[in-house]
Amino acid sequence: MGSEKLKEIVSKVLPEVDVVIGYRQGFDQLHAIPHFITTPEHIDQLIWNPLCVHNLATYLPSLNKKAAVVVKGCDSKAIVQYMQEELINRENVVIIGIPCTGVIDVNKVLHAINYRPVKEVTFENGSILIRTSEGQKKLLLSDLYPDKCKTCQYPTPLVYDHLVGEPVKTDKPPESVDEEVREFEKKSIAERLAYWEKEFDRCIRCYACRNACPMCICRDKCIVESRDPHLMSQKLTPGEKLMFHMIHSLHLTGRCIECGECDRACPMGIPVSKLKKMINLGMKNRYGYIPGINPEDKSPLLVFSLKGENTEEQKP
Amino acid sequence: MATTAYLPKEKMKDWLKVLSEKHQLFVPCLEDDVVLFQLFNPEKNLCFDRPANSSPKTIIFSQCEQLFSFNFKKEPDNPQKTSIELKENLEYPPTIIFGARPCDAKGFMIIDSVYIETDIADPYYRGRREKTTIITLSCPVPYVGCFCTSVGGGPADKAGSDILMTELEKGYFLEASTEKGEALLREPLFEDGSSYIDEAENIRKACYTMVEKPFSDDEPGKKPLPRFHEDTFWEQEGNRCISCGACTYLCPTCYCFNITDEQTANTGERIRTWDACMFHHFTLEASGHNPRPAKYGRLKNRVGHKFLYYPEKYNGVIACSGCGRCIRYCPVSISISNVVASLKDNMRESVDDKH
Repeated sequence: MGSEKLKEIVSKVLPEVDVVIGYRQGFDQLHAIPHFITTPEHIDQLIWNPLCVHNLATYLPSLNKKAAVVVKGCDSKAIVQYMQEELINRENVVIIGIPCTGVIDVNKVLHAINYRPVKEVTFENGSILIRTSEGQKKLLLSDLYPDKCKTCQYPTPLVYDHLVGEPVKTDKPPESVDEEVREFEKKSIAERLAYWEKEFDRCIRCYACRNACPMCICRDKCIVESRDPHLMSQKLTPGEKLMFHMIHSLHLTGRCIECGECDRACPMGIPVSKLKKMINLGMKNRYGYIPGINPEDKSPLLVFSLKGENTEEQKP
Repeated sequence: MATTAYLPKEKMKDWLKVLSEKHQLFVPCLEDDVVLFQLFNPEKNLCFDRPANSSPKTIIFSQCEQLFSFNFKKEPDNPQKTSIELKENLEYPPTIIFGARPCDAKGFMIIDSVYIETDIADPYYRGRREKTTIITLSCPVPYVGCFCTSVGGGPADKAGSDILMTELEKGYFLEASTEKGEALLREPLFEDGSSYIDEAENIRKACYTMVEKPFSDDEPGKKPLPRFHEDTFWEQEGNRCISCGACTYLCPTCYCFNITDEQTANTGERIRTWDACMFHHFTLEASGHNPRPAKYGRLKNRVGHKFLYYPEKYNGVIACSGCGRCIRYCPVSISISNVVASLKDNMRESVDDKH
């Protein structure tokens, strides 16, 4: 699945950079993991398949090295956003883009195989075959897409220095992106509050959603853990959990690129990205702005303008 | 001779109802696609198909424990003078953890060494622990990431359980190994268990051979890890870590905590909440210096604590019960069992070369 072409490009790029971040097989064949390539011997382990789910761009802002990174279409939006916010020096980053036809939600596979240890994984014409102690299971890739792939508008990376394979065009209508949140918005405030209270009740404040987020760039200085100043309670009440998620979402206003890493990272299966998508929809409706599309754009809330085109002045 | 009993499957809910009358009863429930320990309620969707996403640790070692509450009082005659009133609550209700797995039960034994079997026991942990009975379900099959047999445990290990249940074709075989457990088996719902011992034993044995063994369990915790001090190894393994707390918070044996005063005006409380050694601020000192600033150093500490430092202190016991949750739910799939396997084997170049 393009692995050979990818290895060829990485071999060419490696001498120019300190590290190339790609994917390799993890503890079993179902789990791919980020692979930090620093010597040519590492290149052989590189893989590319629909199990390569992580957004590797997330490592860039704190890396302080000249790096090449393998990105899918959705991941590339993080790089665009980093460029807008000047969080990376583009000269120090080599982008290896891969046109993507959709990745796999590994949790859906685990569910289908009853969480049994995986012995072997193979791909075959739009399906994945997984062998466990219960035998072989064949699953259609189209049944395993995470939500982001079902409405993906940018399967081909928006920025790249090298492209592995031919560009892919989306066949998903643009309005499909917001369909889920538009539906959700139809619920009453009370219904939505009840929904979130139930979902966040199982949050364990492990901050996997925050740390997997490419746009959460405060990293070790996050307001929700700071002890001096002590701004947020460390308690585990539903209110404190909701507060954390609201802070996370609001800090992403006009910045969330909807890569879905927060959903994927959550060990408790909380659909945390939905809050962010709702805020993004608000930004789109009010300012006509979508994050992570054009490096020249500026997020409306990050600029000051006396006459904002879509800003309504509050009349007394 | 341990007390045994047999419970037909259709009587399970009846038994749970009986248990919930006198106890705070936690059972694994299915919520969306997540299995969680929750208070029993006959309406809830019980799930014994796979281990819960998070261990039942918080039921005894609470993720957020109030140590005491405080209240500053001004003296009416001399308002400049204040006194402080402290209140603590060490009363805990009788509790049952139902449907834990052997690795979960063993996790509490590892924490006991630190918080109970010591000169100064922790009154909060001990208080809850003494009031809790653990009814464990033996695992019929291993799950993704499981490696209990490599760390001295097993899918039907009785250590730490008051009762071990084994699912048979039409019912459950129950075996009490403590007085607390025996007391709960004196219940008219049960049938005599003695004729089911062989069937249960066969099911239990079958799973032992199915659990993956990433490394051998010869003298667990007593063999050195030859590559432990090679920082290049840790850099290679730890650079993908995202420094979240998923591994430690889901772990049945991690016991580190933080203490915070939550105060508003004149009243407040001192709380103890879980902390995670994978967080940057875990070792952050008041001076601003951080002796463990890099991610790889934190991963090294986590593995070192479980497989070297704890065994050194506590008779070679490994502070890991092999439940596999940190592997299953790590956002970047770091596998502690693969890391340890590589450390044990100095012939192996690095984890990367395993594949």
